[in-house]
Amino acid sequence: MAEQVIHTEKLTKRFGNFTAVDEISFSVSSGEIFGFLGANGAGKTTAMKMLTGLLAPTSGSAIVAGFDVYRQTETIKRNIGYMSQRFSLYDDLTPRENIRFFGGIYGLDKVTIRDKCNHMLESLDLVREGDTQLSALPLGWKQKLAFSVALLHEPKLVFLDEPTGGVDPVTRRRFWDLIYQAASNGVTVFVTTHYMDEAEYCDRVSIMVDGKIAALDTPEELKRSFGAATMNDVFIRLARPAKRSGE
Amino acid sequence: MKLSVTTEGLSKRFGKVEALREITFSVPEAELFGLIGADGAGKTTLFRILATLLLPDAGKASLLGLDTVFSYRAIRTRIGYMPGRFSLYQDLSVEENLNFFATVFGTTVEKNYELIRDIYDQLEPFRKRRAGQLSGGMKQKLALCCALVHRPELLLLDEPTTGVDAVSRQEFWQMLGRLKQQGITILVSTPYMDEASLCDRVAFMQDGRILAIDTPAGITGLFRKPLFAIRAREKHRLINELRTFEHASSAYAFGNSVHYTDLRLSPEPRELTAWLKSKGFEDIDVLRIEPGIEDTFMALMESARPQEEHLGG
Repeated sequence: MAEQVIHTEKLTKRFGNFTAVDEISFSVSSGEIFGFLGANGAGKTTAMKMLTGLLAPTSGSAIVAGFDVYRQTETIKRNIGYMSQRFSLYDDLTPRENIRFFGGIYGLDKVTIRDKCNHMLESLDLVREGDTQLSALPLGWKQKLAFSVALLHEPKLVFLDEPTGGVDPVTRRRFWDLIYQAASNGVTVFVTTHYMDEAEYCDRVSIMVDGKIAALDTPEELKRSFGAATMNDVFIRLARPAKRSGE
Repeated sequence: MKLSVTTEGLSKRFGKVEALREITFSVPEAELFGLIGADGAGKTTLFRILATLLLPDAGKASLLGLDTVFSYRAIRTRIGYMPGRFSLYQDLSVEENLNFFATVFGTTVEKNYELIRDIYDQLEPFRKRRAGQLSGGMKQKLALCCALVHRPELLLLDEPTTGVDAVSRQEFWQMLGRLKQQGITILVSTPYMDEASLCDRVAFMQDGRILAIDTPAGITGLFRKPLFAIRAREKHRLINELRTFEHASSAYAFGNSVHYTDLRLSPEPRELTAWLKSKGFEDIDVLRIEPGIEDTFMALMESARPQEEHLGG
């Protein structure tokens, strides 16, 4: 069996009387593209905060990239990549400056940063734009750069929180090309999305409802067991009866 | 036919960026009209000009027969505008927000309750909760209620479903359908292609231009090339290999299959299957299919932006 990059058991987070994440247990294997779906308010964000070492769980256990989410949060942060649509790069810095900045944050030395910077700009075909302020670049380019920056320190695991929100359908698919490429290089990808066609691109998908994992399997198997034609139908069937839509 | 929205040659520039380039279109009364396009296409700029919050550099627009520049005060009382960014008061409760907006428009919630009833019913259990504490789906419902509380004749909804889950999106569109039945004209923008098919007519926007404007059926009629849904194991390799096929025009992941177009007029599925077999694929399934809205939009985008590959986009 492949190495487990994420393993949780009965991971739980309570805020007062409210149980945001309710005893979730699951594993993600090395090199897997794992889709983490759920309705707004289902507990995805809270679960991701625990897995990335930003929030201490109330109970249960989780090992992420080999480290414990209670005691080794700083080590986790150094060993994972993270990208979201909301937090990614600095718009008023150039691509080169952004790469240098994040390289420094991750503690890479100057020579490594310089080499990686040149290599990254070349492979993204951004050499000419390397010194252009980021705000002047199209969103699709920024997202590609943000993804590469999230992989700058060569983590084994990367968290992508709605990475394709708001982009056009062509750019969205180009972004998935990058995800596939990273996965084929052995990087484990943990991704959230509201685009249900993207759920089909994942190796396995979990769907959270009211703090629990209501279903977890390959897209094919989920569709088969729910007798649904698309992942959208599976999602709606599971998420519609949710009690917590107002939270 | 009465027109609720008309624009003529509407243009707007921010520094070097041409946000809108000569936008001309019209929307008849009680139509559900969709503006489809990615971030940066110009949708929000168009909405802000129509909502009388921004002056165009050139061209003109009128809403309900009134000019957006000269009659902005009259327009504001007769339209409902829901901006893309959540703009209600986060520290007021659901109820307080609704009362506030009713008061601003010189009316009461009770007076127009019929219109918002089926949306507000879902918010009722949370009426004492602060707006900032609501989930994404509920925030959108509250924002829609606030935009409707003065019974507008025209609704401008800027990406109401962005970041909202699939269930809430479906509910939101059901509500729009009911509002349309009550005679309200709705102009709505979205980055979700599946929502385009729920509109009476749609306009595809990119780089400040309208690429096409038609009914959803008319839009898919613009797609000319033969289209195939291809499945096999190893999807990522399948996409990459298909792109290297000498007759390939495009290959994109599409749900559980790859949508492939060919440069030839009538390629044989059998030939594609044989070629894929020679590349070592297994469980190959090649099916000729009818294009959807998303296929068409992608094809229009590619032809409108041929230099994109070179730019690395």
